[in-house]
Amino acid sequence: MVRYYTEDHEWIEVEDDNAIVGITDYAQGQLGDVVFVETPTAETIFAKGDDAAVVESVKAASDVYAPVSGEVIKGNDALVEDPALVNSDPEGEGWFFKMTLTDSTELDALMDEDAYKEFIADL
Amino acid sequence: MDFPFAYSVMEMKFMSDIKLHLDQWHQNLNGRMVSFAGYSMPVQYEGVMTEHLWTRENAGLFDVSHMGQLILSSDSDDVGAALEALLPGNIATLGIDRLRYSLLLAQDGGILDDLMVTRRSDDYYMVVNGAVKHEDMAYIRENLPDSVNLNYMEDHALLALQGPKAGDVMKRLIPETDMLYFMQAASYEWDGISLWISRSGYTGEDGFEISVHNDHAQKLADALIAHEQVKPIGLGARDSLRLEAGLPLYGHDLNPEILPFAASLGFAVPKRRREEGGFIGSDAVLEQFNIGPQMVRVGIKVDGRQPVREGAIIVDEGGETIGNITSGGFAPSLQYPISMGYVPANMATEGTELILQQRGKNIAGFVTSMPFVPNGYRRPPKAA
Repeated sequence: MVRYYTEDHEWIEVEDDNAIVGITDYAQGQLGDVVFVETPTAETIFAKGDDAAVVESVKAASDVYAPVSGEVIKGNDALVEDPALVNSDPEGEGWFFKMTLTDSTELDALMDEDAYKEFIADL
Repeated sequence: MDFPFAYSVMEMKFMSDIKLHLDQWHQNLNGRMVSFAGYSMPVQYEGVMTEHLWTRENAGLFDVSHMGQLILSSDSDDVGAALEALLPGNIATLGIDRLRYSLLLAQDGGILDDLMVTRRSDDYYMVVNGAVKHEDMAYIRENLPDSVNLNYMEDHALLALQGPKAGDVMKRLIPETDMLYFMQAASYEWDGISLWISRSGYTGEDGFEISVHNDHAQKLADALIAHEQVKPIGLGARDSLRLEAGLPLYGHDLNPEILPFAASLGFAVPKRRREEGGFIGSDAVLEQFNIGPQMVRVGIKVDGRQPVREGAIIVDEGGETIGNITSGGFAPSLQYPISMGYVPANMATEGTELILQQRGKNIAGFVTSMPFVPNGYRRPPKAA
C-alpha cells in the first residue's frame, strides 16, 4: 500500500488497481467542523480532477476532486450519519470513497507524504 | 479539494487590510485572521462550532471594532429632529440612554445600511456596519444640516460580551450594569477608564456592547477573558449566532434593492412614521407598506443535513426561479441547517413548503418563524 497526496489536499491510498480517497488532516483543520458530506455513488466514472464529493463545514462548502481517473466502488456511508469523522479521523475512518484506477501512471504526478508535508509547510 | 467558496471572501487575506487595534491580542490567542470588511479579523480561535455553543451557554467576547462608531451633536439644532428627517424610526421621542435599531435608506427606499442609534443626554451615538461605514458617513453628512456635527470615533474599539453569563461577568466588573435592561445604555467608569456600555448585541443572547478608547481596549479585553465564563469568539460563530437569532446581515440579507417591509423590518418604521412620513425614502417605503411587498424575507428550515447557503435559489415545481437564499448554514444549537431568503409574499406563511436549489441539486425546506433559537434578552420587568 502506498499513500499519495494532491496539492488540493486529498490523499489516496493505492493497493494494486484499487484505492481509498479522503481529505488530509491539514484540509479538515482548515475547514473546521464538518457537518455534511456527499460521497459519490458506486459506478460513477471520474476523470482526474472531476468533482467527486462535497464536504460542508459550519463555515463553508468545498468540492473534493478525484485525484486520479477511475470508477467508484463505494462511498463511505458512515459519513452520512457521522460527518464529524472527517475531523476526528480524516486519514482513517473519515475516508470518502473507494475506487478503481484506470491509469496508474497518473499517480506519478502526486506527492508522497514527505513532499506533501513540505508543501503545506509553505502555505 | 477547493477551499471554501461560501466564505471565500473571509478566507482571503489582503495586504491592504486594516489591522484591528487588538490584532496582536487576537493572534496571541490563536485567532485565525481573515479579511472582512477591509479589516484583518479573527474568524475563529478554537472552532466555529465550539465557540458558538460556548456563547449560547456561557459568554463570548467579540471584537467588532471594524464597525463605525459615530457621534452626532449640535449646539444649535435639534439633532433628534434632524435624524428623523433621515431615519424611519422614532428617534426624537426616544428616551435618554435608550437605543433603537434603524435603517439608512436611499431616496427610492432601498436599504443602504442597518444601524443602532442611542439618544444620550447631549448627543446621539450611532453604530453602523464596518463594510459601508465610509459611504454611510458621507451620506449622513450630506443629508444632515451643517449645524449638526458628525464625529467618527476612529480611536475607539467596540467589544461585545454576549451570552447568558454576560450579565454576571459584567456585574462583577461594574456592579451598576445590573440596572441596564435590553436596549438601554449608560456611561460607566471602570478602573479609571470611561466606558460606554449598551445592553444589546447580535447573537440573540443577553449581553453588552462596550465602546472603549483604543488605549484601554486590551486591558478591558484581558479583564473580561480572565473570567472562566468568557472566551474570545470569532466572526464565524458571530455569523451562525446571528443567523439562528433571525437577524439579517447587511450586504447579504439586506441591500439597496430591498425596502424595509420586504426585509420583514417593518418594526423599524413605527406607526407615527408610517402616518407622517418625512424621512428619506418615505414615499417608496410607505407605498410598499400600503400595497404590500412582492417578496418577503423569511426563515427556512432545511430538510436533511446539507446547509443551503447564500446564492442558492428557490424554485417552483416547474423549476422556475421564484426566490433566493441570502444566508444559510448549519445551526450548531439546533443541529440542522437553516437559511434566510426571499420568497413571494403569498408563500411567506409559516409551514409553506419550498424547493431550494443549490448547485443544481434540489433540497426541500419550509418557511418557519424567526428567531430560529429563542432569544435571551434581559427585558425590563413588566409593571405590576
